[in-house]
Amino acid sequence: MNTEAKTEAVSNPGLGSMIEITDLHKWFGEFHVLQGINLTVQKQERIVVCGPSGSGKSTLIRCINRLEEHQKGRIVVDGIELTNNIKNIEKVRAEVGMVFQHFNLFPHLSILDNLTLGPLWVRKIPKKQAEEAAMHYLEKVHIAEQAKKYPGQLSGGQQQRVAIARSLCMNPKVMLFDEPTSALDPEMIKEVLDVMIDLAREGMTMIVVTHEMGFAKSVAHRVLFMDYGKIVEGNTPEEFFSHPRHERTKLFLSQILH
Amino acid sequence: MDTLTKTIDAHEIRPPVTSVGVIGWIRANLFNSVFNSILSVVTLFFLWKTVPPLVQWAFIDSAWMTNSQACQQGAGACWSIVTSNLRFILFGFYPQELQWRPLAAMLMLFGLLFYSRDRKHWSKALGYGWIIGLALMGILMTGGIFGLTHVESTQWGGLPLTLLLAVFGLTAAYPLGVILALGRRSKMPAVKIMSILYIELIRGVPLISLLFMSSIILPLFLPEGITINKILRAQVAIILFTAAYIAEVVRGGLQGISRGQYEAAESLGLNYYLTMRRIILPQALKIVIPPTVSILISAFKDTSLVAIIALFDILRTTQTVLSNPQWMGFSREAYVFIGLLYFLGCFSMSNYSRKLEKELSTGR
Repeated sequence: MNTEAKTEAVSNPGLGSMIEITDLHKWFGEFHVLQGINLTVQKQERIVVCGPSGSGKSTLIRCINRLEEHQKGRIVVDGIELTNNIKNIEKVRAEVGMVFQHFNLFPHLSILDNLTLGPLWVRKIPKKQAEEAAMHYLEKVHIAEQAKKYPGQLSGGQQQRVAIARSLCMNPKVMLFDEPTSALDPEMIKEVLDVMIDLAREGMTMIVVTHEMGFAKSVAHRVLFMDYGKIVEGNTPEEFFSHPRHERTKLFLSQILH
Repeated sequence: MDTLTKTIDAHEIRPPVTSVGVIGWIRANLFNSVFNSILSVVTLFFLWKTVPPLVQWAFIDSAWMTNSQACQQGAGACWSIVTSNLRFILFGFYPQELQWRPLAAMLMLFGLLFYSRDRKHWSKALGYGWIIGLALMGILMTGGIFGLTHVESTQWGGLPLTLLLAVFGLTAAYPLGVILALGRRSKMPAVKIMSILYIELIRGVPLISLLFMSSIILPLFLPEGITINKILRAQVAIILFTAAYIAEVVRGGLQGISRGQYEAAESLGLNYYLTMRRIILPQALKIVIPPTVSILISAFKDTSLVAIIALFDILRTTQTVLSNPQWMGFSREAYVFIGLLYFLGCFSMSNYSRKLEKELSTGR
């Protein structure tokens, strides 16, 4: 059975690759969670990864910014290879933004401070400049009026939008989304997806682990299906949803609303 | 005219007198069930038996400014033991005519502490203020320059000594405890093992034994002629002891911080120091304010143990007064007095921690 991801042409070919993953393997103890992943993500490409829980999709994207360490294979982000070299890891993390399922805002800091923390202390940007940039991104995610509040005072959808703004303040080249709307009430999912669609329109390279197939259909260049640590199938959204090739993909699609 | 409704006079109908006001409160809180009623009656009886005699003893029959003979003859409390010996209780063997110096030093300390209560006042200027203040306090106590007579540290005693041991002890133990907690959670084996060893060894012995070791055993190991100031030795023992307990409490707080916080910090590119300083420690230390303050309050009272190694803190000076044949037998009054002093100190710390917690809560 052909388990390699089918890579289709991206809408902007020739920009070069942002992420190259070659023969990636990862074990959690004895559990072989990633079994030989091969994936190339072009600049400005948008990928949606879906699959049943335990398939390794979160682990895959967490390997890209070294929240998880891989044991075998290569990951290269914007020309920098991810190894044990701390300097490289820090360089990669400066280019890669991450949005978590449970937001992970810093509850003891105001929204504005949440956003300016990275720029102030990692990029060493002067305070005034950092705050102006932060307000700009807060306006972008339509939440500027909450700047002085604390995360505990915001709703889930608002917190997730703040989390996206926080990542954007570091000017990343790639944004990773780990089930960004899975912890949200249905009425808040739209406001977050709208922000992500705006980001997509501006040409951000994005890898999104999600079950929101509407989002996949509207902005993804490719949809990948993962199961048991392998990329089973990958295709343009049109092809993926209308003509799934593998049995497992068909089974999965029948189980989720799309 | 509707015969089913009836207009009632529009005057105010008050609730029955037994359900509001004082009587209402008593009914609702003291006598609302059989068990509570019995308990209330028993307690009221107990209070009736004890409070009047207590007031009689402490205030009505008491002697405040007399000499010891009058006290022996009187039936009430002999507060004169405190008033006659106040200077010795408070200042120990510090030369009488120079006692304005430790007094001034203490007032300076109280002033700085009071000003530092408000977090809005915390600034670089306050930091410098503390450094200068501490230097001045040191000069006032020791003398030797600026025309002040030199006073050996062996003569320091009473409240200044207690405060010295407490303030330096607690402020040094806290950061040391935090470092130990971080060390214990470190992934580097050497650091982790050293931290565990330190914490377990120190927690395994009573403070008294550490004080003995520092004051009796340590000098045996020092080369001939080298002596370390006794107060310094006791101070170090108190710091090392308290730090071990703070370390475990802080470690508990660190364990309570979710992994997501670390991950978010890492994703933003924050290194270990920044993650701890800006994200993790502010949250962890805030959570463990209650047990931390408990430890610090305990440590404050534990300074009294230095009495065992012949340092004249406020407890030992009191005991010395009591060993005077004139004033023997009035230990109640003496201990009530220093009990009040300790209570004031501990209650202030407790109060402040409540205030701090309230200020720091961000609607989590």
